[in-house]
Amino acid sequence: MTSNRAVWLWAILVAIWLLLSEQTQHLELLFILFGLTTCTVAVRVCVRMGVVDRESVPVHLAGRAVLYTPWLIWEVFKSNLRVARIILAPRIRVDPSIVHFRASQRTDLGRFIYANSITLTPGTVTTGIVADDLEVHAIVQTEIDGSEENDMNRRVTALEGEREG
Amino acid sequence: MFAVTAAALLVAMCLAMCRALLGPTAYDRVLALNNIGTKTVVLLAVLGFLNGRPHFLDLAIAYALINFIGTIAVLKYIEYGDLGAGSRPGRETN
Amino acid sequence: MVAEVVAWALLMAGAFFLVTGALGMVRLPDVFTRMHAAGMTDTMGAGLILAGMCVYSGANFETVRLLLILGFLWFTSPIATHATAKAALSGGVRPFTLAGDGSGDGRTAEREGGAPS
Repeated sequence: MTSNRAVWLWAILVAIWLLLSEQTQHLELLFILFGLTTCTVAVRVCVRMGVVDRESVPVHLAGRAVLYTPWLIWEVFKSNLRVARIILAPRIRVDPSIVHFRASQRTDLGRFIYANSITLTPGTVTTGIVADDLEVHAIVQTEIDGSEENDMNRRVTALEGEREG
Repeated sequence: MFAVTAAALLVAMCLAMCRALLGPTAYDRVLALNNIGTKTVVLLAVLGFLNGRPHFLDLAIAYALINFIGTIAVLKYIEYGDLGAGSRPGRETN
Repeated sequence: MVAEVVAWALLMAGAFFLVTGALGMVRLPDVFTRMHAAGMTDTMGAGLILAGMCVYSGANFETVRLLLILGFLWFTSPIATHATAKAALSGGVRPFTLAGDGSGDGRTAEREGGAPS
């Protein structure tokens, strides 16, 4: 499994190298060789360090992340409008408080994605995670009724997939 | 249109700089600095398009990386007073 | 032509969110609420402006770079925010609340917080 992920990592690095070096018109052999060598060395070092695993190269999420990302962007857009309304009001009316959410993800990676998604939507910031308990700072308490967070929680759990980590 | 965007970015950076100068806590300043860094990344990209020099985007990528590492380093220094904290055994970093 | 109009709209919307977020940085009462404003700048402000430049430049290598920057900002912004929040909490800053119900009495607690400033 690790070797498989190492190949994925190598492919991603090579793709980034090729895209950033703009070498489509006339592929220079020397440049390509430099890139391939660098990527190979980097992946070799990563494998030796033991950092190529499910968490650092989560390619198994890539397919489902395609579905999750647009939904997340839409959520971020909606909550941005909400926070913008608070800021632009003539009088600042905030009612901040700390609320707790329960994460239903099984893996640390799933909880990480959930916590980051919560932080990415303005209006809620994750300030701490203990096991599956998320401590969230909300800018307006009354607007956090939990329904959106439950929805996000459900979607992240679906993104995490069925296979056991 | 890029000139207007760059002007808006500069205004926003000035406001964030006000926050960095006003404080009151160190965390406000770090937050403001991180924010200014993000705006600098976008400003670099906008300036590249404004001047017709898209290679500024490479600088923007590098600055985005440096900005993130810098923020984490400053926060770690404030929290532990030691950039090497946690890399030694027996010390809790979470 | 259509692409330029769309790019204009995206850039202006992004600029609006940027300035609003920065205004929030100044107006909101404490570091935790300011984080929400900062997050606004990071996500929608930067996101819409970079998306506008993507639309303007069309499909070429600049777009790849812009998307890389965008992805990187969207990945790192919550981590930096989370790190700030955690450092502020452990540094003794109590969140501002309206009631001042023991969980912190707003600005005074924040000024007296144990953080060096």
